[in-house]
Amino acid sequence: MSGNVQILMGNHAAAEGALAAGCTFYAGYPITPSSEILERLAEKLPAAGGAFIQMEDELASISALVGAAWAGAKSMTATSGPGLSLMMEGLGYAAITETPCVIVDIQRAGPATGQATRVASGDIIQVRYGSHGDYCPIALSPWSVQEMYDLTIRAFNLAERYRVPAFVMSDESVGHLRESVRLHRDFEIVERNRDIKKPPFGTDAPDGVPPMPAFGDGANLLVTGSTHDEWGYRRVDHPDQHTRLVGRINKKILDHADDIVEVDARFLDDAEVAVVAYGFTGRSALAAVKRLRKEGVRAGLLRLITLWPFPEKEIRALDGQVEKIVVPEMNRGQVAGLVRQHVRGDVVSLCQTNGEAIEPVAIVDKVQEVLA
Amino acid sequence: MTRAMEHWLRTEHTAFCSGCGHGILLGCVIRAVDELEIDRKNLLFVSGIGCAAWIPSPNIQADTLHTLHGRAVAYATGAKLANPRLTVIVVSGDGDLSSIGGNHLIHAARRNIDLTVVCGNNQIYGMTGGQTAPSTPVGARTATDPQGNVYRPFDLCAVVRAAGAPYAARWPVTRPMSLIDSIKKAVKTDGFGFVEAISPCPTQFGRRNRLDDLTKLYDHLVGLCVTREEAKKMKPEQLWERFVIGEYHD
Repeated sequence: MSGNVQILMGNHAAAEGALAAGCTFYAGYPITPSSEILERLAEKLPAAGGAFIQMEDELASISALVGAAWAGAKSMTATSGPGLSLMMEGLGYAAITETPCVIVDIQRAGPATGQATRVASGDIIQVRYGSHGDYCPIALSPWSVQEMYDLTIRAFNLAERYRVPAFVMSDESVGHLRESVRLHRDFEIVERNRDIKKPPFGTDAPDGVPPMPAFGDGANLLVTGSTHDEWGYRRVDHPDQHTRLVGRINKKILDHADDIVEVDARFLDDAEVAVVAYGFTGRSALAAVKRLRKEGVRAGLLRLITLWPFPEKEIRALDGQVEKIVVPEMNRGQVAGLVRQHVRGDVVSLCQTNGEAIEPVAIVDKVQEVLA
Repeated sequence: MTRAMEHWLRTEHTAFCSGCGHGILLGCVIRAVDELEIDRKNLLFVSGIGCAAWIPSPNIQADTLHTLHGRAVAYATGAKLANPRLTVIVVSGDGDLSSIGGNHLIHAARRNIDLTVVCGNNQIYGMTGGQTAPSTPVGARTATDPQGNVYRPFDLCAVVRAAGAPYAARWPVTRPMSLIDSIKKAVKTDGFGFVEAISPCPTQFGRRNRLDDLTKLYDHLVGLCVTREEAKKMKPEQLWERFVIGEYHD
């Protein structure tokens, strides 16, 4: 175990994770409850040799992110619901151009301006389906300040490994939580393959991830958001090229679900009821499961650390093993709906959209209700 | 092809309509970077969406980034900050840069980021079928203003100058030597340089405005150009259907 232990706010830990992962470019726009990330990197990124810029809006932020990534940077932004909505077109551009970048989303109560300082987890479906067309981003969901640090680092590595936008889908409660975090260096850093001799937008290799040279490497790159062939030439009326490109950018993520998906399973071996939770709600869910165990209920927790690609295999493993699945979440059942797609048994949704975190007692009550 | 064209063009044909001014502008951009002897390896072209955005991509043999509609300047800002060794030239259209992308244009000028922005201004949305742009002259007919546009157009050189750009210039493509000279000056400007090229669009603008004949269209365009000296003697509303040509700098 290396690294010093500090008491930090979750948002500051995400900024520290970015620095540890080798982030060299940050572009952002102030938005509650994510602004502490912007402010911390404004102070620390230039001192670490990177570039920081506050852009004119979120449309510009995600655009600058992609421009910087192609100039060789590891780039990041942070935002919340309204800003994330503005970034949707740029997200699609990052996906089709296979641009690694990291977006930290500190979720707040929506839709629209909603309650800016209040917690929610209403953006889960949006990041997967909010941009038009088919694409598959990576999304990780931290439940602690430590995971704000660890998962930001992992998001950078996965973004580079798979040439894809990667999200840290946090929420206001984790973002503003203060607790101890170990700023360790116990991880590998994934570096980009900048081979200029191979095509940057197509590969026959089974992993489906082509090399990505940077501007200035002498590759005479053609980068476009239009459908393109493996060298980047626009092919906007060619059915096969479109099929091949859209197929590969989705497949390269879905085929590697085993590498990307991470879950935290607790007390599941003998469980009759499973609570499936993520983000801050995972903390309440663990407390609820422990309380239920004390009362003699065989409850277990499956905490989703990866949200996208969705942990289908891990969810399917619950089917038949547990009698009931309870999904507490701070939205109208976004993940519960996904869980239902993969199991035949009962999936009970515990929705809370009042701008407050779900308390353990609410989960305990719901589990007892479904078992009654 | 000339030596400069052979050196810089990827292909021998472009997607532009016959009579389009953007081919001339492509030639001007290439001659400017060729005469400046810019190292191709560290030269990046960025464009948005629309006809003018196809001037660099895929025509020019250098790094090119063909982005989303309106966002070219924001992408260029990120690339320039991430690698300051790059010479970054944005080439895009009037609608792309000043309508959907207007915010990025004024903020890049305000920050005085070391970018060159070349605006191919054909006064209309060409690629989408001839709709009104923020640069359409008063009175001109378009697909969305069949009775003629009533709103005054942006004076883009004045806009970027007011936002802080140290260098701006406007020339029609009928003055290629002036355009080449201004593009070179904009690239050499330590900060934000802006060049607006007035470019005729026969397919969408010409045929809606009884200027089907190419020579008529080019004569019409030349006739609308007035120098800054001449413009001083005219009323502002007279300039809403004209182009004031020349350079603006400190």
